[in-house]
Amino acid sequence: MPIYLDHAATTPLRREALEAMLPFLTEAFGNPSSAHSLGRRARAALDEARDSLASDLHADPRELVFTSGGSEAINLALKGAAWAAKARGNQIITTAAEHHAVLHATRHLGKFGFEVIELPVDRYGRVDPEDLAGALTERTILVSLIAANNEVGTVQDIDELVRRVREHRGVVVHLDAVQAAPWMDVNPSALGVDLLSIAAHKLEGPKGAGLLYVRRGTVLLAQIHGGTQERYRRAGTENVAGAVGMATAYHLCAAEREETIARVRRLRDRLRDAVLALGGLEMTGHPRDRLPGHLSVVVPGAEGQSIALALDLEGIAVSTGSACATGSTEPSHVLTAMGYPPEEARGSLRMSLGRSTTEAEIAVAAAVIPQVITRLRAASEMVTADPFGMGGAA
Amino acid sequence: MTEATVGILPGADLRPMGGATKERILVAMSGGVDSSVAAALLRSEGADVVGVWMRLHDGADARSEFRKSCCSLDAADDARRVAGQLDIPFYILDLEREFEATVLEPFLADYLRGETPSPCVPCNTYVKFGALLARARHLYDCDAVATGHYARVATAAHPDAPAVLRHRLLVGRDADKDQSYFLYGLRQDQLARTRFPLGDLTKGEVRSQARALGLATAEVPESQEICFVPGGDYREVLREKAGWKETPGPLVDDGGDVIGQHRGVAAYTVGQRSGLGVALGERRYVASLDPAANLVRLGRREDLLRTSFVTDEASFVAGSPPAEDAFEADVRIRHRAPLVSARVRRLGERRWSVHTEAPVWAPAPGQAAVFYAGSEVLGGGRIARA
Repeated sequence: MPIYLDHAATTPLRREALEAMLPFLTEAFGNPSSAHSLGRRARAALDEARDSLASDLHADPRELVFTSGGSEAINLALKGAAWAAKARGNQIITTAAEHHAVLHATRHLGKFGFEVIELPVDRYGRVDPEDLAGALTERTILVSLIAANNEVGTVQDIDELVRRVREHRGVVVHLDAVQAAPWMDVNPSALGVDLLSIAAHKLEGPKGAGLLYVRRGTVLLAQIHGGTQERYRRAGTENVAGAVGMATAYHLCAAEREETIARVRRLRDRLRDAVLALGGLEMTGHPRDRLPGHLSVVVPGAEGQSIALALDLEGIAVSTGSACATGSTEPSHVLTAMGYPPEEARGSLRMSLGRSTTEAEIAVAAAVIPQVITRLRAASEMVTADPFGMGGAA
Repeated sequence: MTEATVGILPGADLRPMGGATKERILVAMSGGVDSSVAAALLRSEGADVVGVWMRLHDGADARSEFRKSCCSLDAADDARRVAGQLDIPFYILDLEREFEATVLEPFLADYLRGETPSPCVPCNTYVKFGALLARARHLYDCDAVATGHYARVATAAHPDAPAVLRHRLLVGRDADKDQSYFLYGLRQDQLARTRFPLGDLTKGEVRSQARALGLATAEVPESQEICFVPGGDYREVLREKAGWKETPGPLVDDGGDVIGQHRGVAAYTVGQRSGLGVALGERRYVASLDPAANLVRLGRREDLLRTSFVTDEASFVAGSPPAEDAFEADVRIRHRAPLVSARVRRLGERRWSVHTEAPVWAPAPGQAAVFYAGSEVLGGGRIARA
């Protein structure tokens, strides 16, 4: 097994969640909408998962909508809330450092008469509350904020940002808590948000399961139409095993959070110190207000893609934090928004630790990663000086 | 964690699993059957194989609502699937900038000045066995780059200096599929780190190997197109990337009479027959292009026969020509054209004249003229304007 330092991309399914799910992937396969015993058993499991998550989130079970994951939760939140509020206004405010699920959903809405404002972020990826306050108008219907950034790990000052929005009436606030949920108590009523998105697979739950919290009284238009599931807000036979796995994983994650954070932060700091000791590279994102397992850097003069590739060949899984599925090295929109020029943004590398990361793994990673970066920096200089390998032509 | 990973410490050889003696070879996988089988063969020989799909241009990208280029290239997916079947690491490498500078831009410039480029030649010399090989060696610690070309490299001690290895570039065993024409620009240092696993195979053998191994690409059809000209009409690329517009001008007969109008010099290739839009009784072909005067000259078939032409920018696989001033060779003036005996004479530093024994038809400026001695590629050059 490689050393896995890409928990911001996804996490392994934890054993307890798998075991809780297995009955609903095998003998208890019923459709929760069926009236017979198998249906009732599935329904009971779904209800139990919803109750458990509601209790952990300090929410009412009726405020939770199960989705197929984070992107679907975000799309339902943004499109559902925007269309429902169309009669009151057309302005949507978000930030330039959101996940693509938010940016592409809001830009899509922009093609249908909504005005989308993407607030700038500072060098660390944070939004200035003054900018948010200044952008709000009587036409603003929706504000979407990312609680913690997936690429650079920066945690926003949600309390202050939400407070500014609340100076205006009738604005729906969505919080993208997909990256934050494993590490922060994302209690929606304490945070004062109306909508909140979570993905199970970021916290050792299964892929294909997500959650949208919808504060009672928030009107949403369904985006998937069909049956009556999820109180008409999301049609389709429920992913019972997914919901059960998510509830189990979330409960354990929340219960262990304090202990996990302390341990993972110490390991992350050790890796950070080893990497930054190389000199000549810069940590991206906020130095303190960042996710405890998250380390992101830019390596000037090298390509993040090449470093990640070389590390993979050494058995260490990391990411560039911006890679496109077709390998385009277009610089990340997050680093660009943070003011990094394209040539620096191409040198981005993300190492994200998780609950299951061990001391021994970090000992190896802290030795190998700096070594590979050093080798790649030197090699990149050679390749930059002679990109077509003409040196041997002499 | 395995013991092998624990064993990696600063200063130690980073090659995992103690494979310091094992060759690590980077295979350029296109998503076609040839490079898939090339990777499979190297894998079965026990090499440490790394698969790479080169992102060279956005031509084949699926369009999304927000990005002009992202996500799900079928060819990259096919290559990825084969790498999965072979259980080898697989990566997508972005070489768009390198490809643009050495292949795409010269391609556009050639057409705009009335020449007919061979883009696969610079792609091999500067991208696959240039930029990719440089990265493979320096960034990814690989010993060589392999491709699915039908060609061979023969390596032996140099006759004059036994301590020095000499690498010869040979045609592929499958004469129908031989791709040595496009590889003439490779140098000794490149051939030393080049692997052509299909050189001794026929296309039929490659196809049946792919089927026997159940490779996902076993039935991928042959592609004859230039990879960055998806519809097959390079004029579309000229319009899109070079802002080319049709600039009609006179179409002139061999006697000098204007007999019609052409669409713009860049839309024509020497030897082209179709698309002239003129009925002259006897078939006419494009004999020459004059971009300065915006003139397209036509001729009868026999008017395009030549027994001599000039090549520029010549290079030789051995590093130097077979003789300083003149040598005999068989010459090929376009892919799959027959070989013709010729006398090649030096005119300048990298400029040579070619005198053929039998006439060759329509040597097109910009195309490669490749010199062979039997099955060996000696080198070649670009056919120059008459």
